[in-house]
Amino acid sequence: MASGADLIRQIKQGLKMADPSEVHDQLQNGRNGAALIDVREQHEFESAHLPGATHVPRGHLETRIEGAAPDKAQPVILYCSTDNRSSLAADTMQRLLGYEDVTVMTGGITLWKDRGYEVEVPRAFTPEQRERYSRHILVPEIGIEGQLKLLDAKVLLLGAGGLGSPAALYLAAAGVGTIGIVDNDVVDLSNLQRQVAHSNDRIGVPKVDSAEIAIHEINPDVKVDKHNVRLGADNVIELIEGYDVVVDGLDNFPTRYLLNDASVRLQIPVVSASILGFDGQLAVFDPYNGPCYRCLYPTPPPAELAPSCGAAGVLGVLPGVMGLLQATEVIKLVTGAGEPLVGRLLLYEALGATFTELKVRRDPDCPICSRDPDSISDEEMGVFPDYEAFCAGAG
Amino acid sequence: MLRSSTAGEKEIEVDGATVGDVLRALTSKHPATESQLFSEQGELNRYVNVYLNDEDVRVLDGLDTEVSDSDTVMILPAMAGG
Repeated sequence: MASGADLIRQIKQGLKMADPSEVHDQLQNGRNGAALIDVREQHEFESAHLPGATHVPRGHLETRIEGAAPDKAQPVILYCSTDNRSSLAADTMQRLLGYEDVTVMTGGITLWKDRGYEVEVPRAFTPEQRERYSRHILVPEIGIEGQLKLLDAKVLLLGAGGLGSPAALYLAAAGVGTIGIVDNDVVDLSNLQRQVAHSNDRIGVPKVDSAEIAIHEINPDVKVDKHNVRLGADNVIELIEGYDVVVDGLDNFPTRYLLNDASVRLQIPVVSASILGFDGQLAVFDPYNGPCYRCLYPTPPPAELAPSCGAAGVLGVLPGVMGLLQATEVIKLVTGAGEPLVGRLLLYEALGATFTELKVRRDPDCPICSRDPDSISDEEMGVFPDYEAFCAGAG
Repeated sequence: MLRSSTAGEKEIEVDGATVGDVLRALTSKHPATESQLFSEQGELNRYVNVYLNDEDVRVLDGLDTEVSDSDTVMILPAMAGG
């Protein structure tokens, strides 16, 4: 029986080997379509790897290599820390899996570094983060990269009420790095039928403080930026600037128009939902990539046709459903997964248990998003034809 | 929003060759909807969004958009609750 060292020596004789300088040249010249695969263990890959390498640990080679190199005629370059594990992997790929053009880099990443070539040191999770976000990391559409994007993301919640509460809790759980909250209300007993970020013992506490407590109970890593102010024309730009996504859970028309105009000017996507009774509406307004709120609703209805939840009531579960659909869209926008709800309006009707999707087009004559963002002035924001009358009517 | 004007009904079957006919049939069946849908000049109020199936009639032919038996005309209310 051959020893392990003998076996490896023997295998290498039947393999194409390349010096790091050759691999380096090939990578500099755009790789010629070759896949570069690191077959080491997770912790080795995380400490440093070749730029652009894909990680397929040797222990998972047979199950994962086709994901990294689906075309068996495509050239593949393998490396490990020296060149033993990569040779064993190359042998398997050539002999058993039918790969036609496999090269092993001589001396592995150790020799590569000795030659003075660059390595990439990826940001690593702490062991606690790896455990906390393990179910995200397992989903290919999110994975390590998506989770890092979430940790870097800044999401602003406008309103910490019915919609903002569930969105806040799940976005915190998902590991959104910074959650801003704008709300100038205090927790009221009548809120607790649906505003699940708050609690009985926090009645009378400002909602931003109450929501911060709830967020940190779930995930102490989240940075919470609290804004205990009412959103208005004087502060909207300052409040939303610098955020990657805004979640609109506002409870009145004037601020929804104001937010729209400011978000178009700053080109920040808004995940918008609204609720009343048993009905919910959801849309993503991504400025210039899709319609804006004004394209959908050029003018608000008169106050007598626009009852608030306070006046007309709402099923407590409904903002939970809609707020979580908003959180889902936020995660999709941040990670780039899936098809965001841009140019579409989703209607949910709880009594009939129906979802309906409508098309929303960009309005070529939209008073806001048909124009250059820099031309939208402070004076225009949040203004619509019957603004004064509307506000007077809304009291 | 209109349901309080249609005795709570959320789907109503009416006849008509165009979206405008359908809406007029609705207002004659439930007169309380008239002022919510149409201005005094008889134009569709700007804050009323009307869809034929999943498409906004503003990008079709507006109230003149032709409808067939199996089509659904939807009146979409803007809502601001949060």
